[in-house]
Amino acid sequence: MSELRDLYQEVILDHGKRPRNHGPLSDANCSAEGHNPLCGDHLQVFVKTEDGKVVDARFEGSGCAISVASASMMTQAIVGKPIEEAHHIAKQFHSMVAGESDESGDSSELGKLVVFGGVREFPMRVKCATLPWHTLRAALDRAREPVTTE
Amino acid sequence: MISRSSDTTRRGNEPLDVEKIRDDFPILKQIVHGKPLAYLDNAASTQKPNAVIDATATFYTRQCANVHRGLHELGSRATAEFEAARDKIQRFIGAAQRNEIIYTRGTTESINLIAHSYGERNIGEGDEIILTQMEHHSNIIPWQLLCERTGATIKVVPIDDDGDLIMDGLERLFSKRTRLVALNMISNALGTRNPVERVIEMAHAHNVPVVIDGAQAAAHETIDVQALDCDFFAFSGHKMFGALGIGVLYGKMEHLEKMPPFHGGGEMIHTVSFESSTYREPPYRFEAGTPNIVGAIGMGAAVDYLEAIGLDRIAELEAPLLAYGTERLREIPQVRLIGTAKRKAAILSFVVEGVHAHDVGTVLDLEGIAVRAGHHCAQPVMERFGVVATVRASLALYNTREEIDRLIAGIHRVLEVFG
Repeated sequence: MSELRDLYQEVILDHGKRPRNHGPLSDANCSAEGHNPLCGDHLQVFVKTEDGKVVDARFEGSGCAISVASASMMTQAIVGKPIEEAHHIAKQFHSMVAGESDESGDSSELGKLVVFGGVREFPMRVKCATLPWHTLRAALDRAREPVTTE
Repeated sequence: MISRSSDTTRRGNEPLDVEKIRDDFPILKQIVHGKPLAYLDNAASTQKPNAVIDATATFYTRQCANVHRGLHELGSRATAEFEAARDKIQRFIGAAQRNEIIYTRGTTESINLIAHSYGERNIGEGDEIILTQMEHHSNIIPWQLLCERTGATIKVVPIDDDGDLIMDGLERLFSKRTRLVALNMISNALGTRNPVERVIEMAHAHNVPVVIDGAQAAAHETIDVQALDCDFFAFSGHKMFGALGIGVLYGKMEHLEKMPPFHGGGEMIHTVSFESSTYREPPYRFEAGTPNIVGAIGMGAAVDYLEAIGLDRIAELEAPLLAYGTERLREIPQVRLIGTAKRKAAILSFVVEGVHAHDVGTVLDLEGIAVRAGHHCAQPVMERFGVVATVRASLALYNTREEIDRLIAGIHRVLEVFG
């Protein structure tokens, strides 16, 4: 059962059940939609930026525990960060869950997000974890087209 | 060649012994995540018995050559086996002629073949195609693409809360412009066994031909295309214990002989010049290029395997399993079954309240239980039932009550983790 706990760490279960920053952001100045055709999950990420910084971020939509927790913790992780740094965290997050970086890599900047490290052992679930981040990057690029994980 | 005991004929009329059947499927003996594998994803793909694995190995060790080409011994062995499999498949589905059996890559390609070769000749601007709300994407998209090319439109037969077709709704959809009805015999997402016999009768009363997507039906009940009187019947080898990448399109000769080729290439021609070419008769007209020879031979072996056991006896084996699984799932208050049609195949599609299907699927996987979690390539069905995804346990002749018990225990585990 340890494999199960490696994936579904308590923090993930908690954010999956009680997502933070869930709901629309009325004064967002950019947003994007993300869609995972594999499971039909759909989410929207709203971001408010000021002077090159993320000052607020929220998301809407539903999905599996992994994708909801990932979106929830993502919004917490990026608020207050310069846009460039948000992009950087997104890239690091992707490398971590896709197993592209070794564990001793510079994941220190990921902070609490390291709880998603277990996802790399579940290739079928990597897209669940990365969908919010792909969508965030699309929002930050002011992309208006829905993005997919394909 | 290692000889394994996969002689199903020994069974005769004895009651089916599931453990003996399981011995025919080496993959089932595996340990997955430290647990014995419980393979409950048969609607996605079934496992292969030794008979099919051996036929595949025998082909590659003794017969491998291209078909209908070489004058050498191996070419003639390969051709004989390839065509013998066509005869077996003809008999298996009760087709009138062997030339009505076209090898394809699978159900999807079979339906695309009809949409191109039959559709473009017979369906034009303003014409209508009737589909049902429970079709697999492979029986939706080829028709949508045809509509984009021709200007035809799609009409959809609605389904009720149990997942049964609303037959009055179907009758109302027929018009002077209806050119085709296409529907599945068994829904992959709901398990509903559609009253295709009645649909075919209704359609024929309007002079409309019918395409049956038989992907989920072929391994679970006796198919008789002449008794059904369907115009086309599409199915896949890998969902009936055969190899991956092979399938069949059955079509009535009266349609096939008028249809132009689908793909162009070798094998499908009489004469070729740069000015013009002439095409062979069906089925070869529709089998361009080197076919999946070993797949066809494996599909023939799968037919032999199924016939030795008997489709009727398979249905007798699966029905109590379905009833047992349905009853056990209903004992869990957080479980909602999606698809409760009166006549059903052994497919249990469900949602666990408050837990996404993917999370259920992962927990079950770690218990060694293989199920499908997702929209099952049937998004309109998901929308109809107001869910984004379901968990689906789909059973086959080798599944057991113990495996259903493990599924139920796995769902309780899900509730512990996510409750």
